[in-house]
Amino acid sequence: MAMIKVHGHHLSTATRLVLCCLEEKQVDYELAFVDLSAGDHKQPQYLALNPFGVVPSIQDGDLTLFESRAVIKYLATKYRGQGTELLGNNVSEQALVDQWCEVEGQSFNPPASTILFQTFVVPIKGGRTDEAVVKMNVEKVVKVLDIYEERLSKSKYLAGDFFSLADLQHLPCTEYLINGCGKGDVISSRKHVKAWWKDISSRPVEESH
Amino acid sequence: MAAIKVHGFHASTATNMVLCCLNEKQVEYDFVLIDLLTGAHKKPQYLALNPFGVVPTIQDGDLTLFESRAILRYLAQKFKGQGTDLLGSTLSEEALVYQWCEVEGQSFNPPVSTIVSQILVVPRRGGSTDEAAVEMNIEKLGKVLDIYEERLSKSKYLAGDFFSLADLQHLPHTHYLISACGKGDLISSRKHVNAWWEDISSRPTWQKVAENMKVN
Repeated sequence: MAMIKVHGHHLSTATRLVLCCLEEKQVDYELAFVDLSAGDHKQPQYLALNPFGVVPSIQDGDLTLFESRAVIKYLATKYRGQGTELLGNNVSEQALVDQWCEVEGQSFNPPASTILFQTFVVPIKGGRTDEAVVKMNVEKVVKVLDIYEERLSKSKYLAGDFFSLADLQHLPCTEYLINGCGKGDVISSRKHVKAWWKDISSRPVEESH
Repeated sequence: MAAIKVHGFHASTATNMVLCCLNEKQVEYDFVLIDLLTGAHKKPQYLALNPFGVVPTIQDGDLTLFESRAILRYLAQKFKGQGTDLLGSTLSEEALVYQWCEVEGQSFNPPVSTIVSQILVVPRRGGSTDEAAVEMNIEKLGKVLDIYEERLSKSKYLAGDFFSLADLQHLPHTHYLISACGKGDLISSRKHVNAWWEDISSRPTWQKVAENMKVN
């Protein structure tokens, strides 16, 4: 059976999310490099896979799929029964996984990725990091993390006492916030968020990146 | 068995997304008003259900669930086999449903909700519409709708030739965009987007819900 093909970039948070999920599910894949700095993602060849011109996209047989959060839901569902269970054990647990996945996508990611954009992308394009924008978005991230702190004081992981897609979704962006943007204090200053982060970021799959 | 309880606000797009889904799945529910105008969503009683202090939140037996898109997926899965099928018929079709649900949540919703907020909500709170923000977001939304136009020229609905959660998720905000913000041309100027909109907005399950969203 043909391997899953991931079209992406090794530094892209969304690509890393998909690769992490494939590894948790012990699924073989090949990575086809999309050179973002050369504008490959805006060329017709890539737009034929993903008309939004962003990475990653995957090909699994006849299926072409984009949007990293949809890709990981597909993988977690298709490969249920192998590797790490990422969807909980019943319909209610899966619903809570989904809920915290949405929290990541709607409340955590917008401010966090804005901080990443200002820190990494703007200077590469010849501009200067807008510190006011960074500050405003750090404030937004902190409000979300306060709610996580309360949640994680009662629950080992976000959706319950089991690791899931919801925790996985936070890995790539948070890693950059700490290691690239110098914002580690937002994590380390919150006791339960800190413990949760230590746990999920030390999973063997994550450490290999 | 106790009916599902929906804590929400009649004019909230996220609340109406959930009510429309309940209608599609033919699931009974009780509606509990959380009056945003009095700040009920920020009171301890509601924050105990949803610490983010936004609507809606549902209670189904022991399960309390928030984030409208997660609620939609829960209902579509739990009640598979009754009402409208909203997840496609195969795993691949379901994946495409989730893909276009993510497109709605990540690319469509941010610009459209900014437009609706600036035109509809800000003046009601005593502020004035930021026209530059509206223009910028109309441009962003236009680019997304151009991709929808191409997609819908090849596919009757977003995920395929079947109505799904992905189409449903677009109903509330598009309704306000057209009926309350006067930006219907964004839809009507695109042949296939327009045909798709006519189709999905004429579903009786949606029309019932749209009654909640009449704007003066």
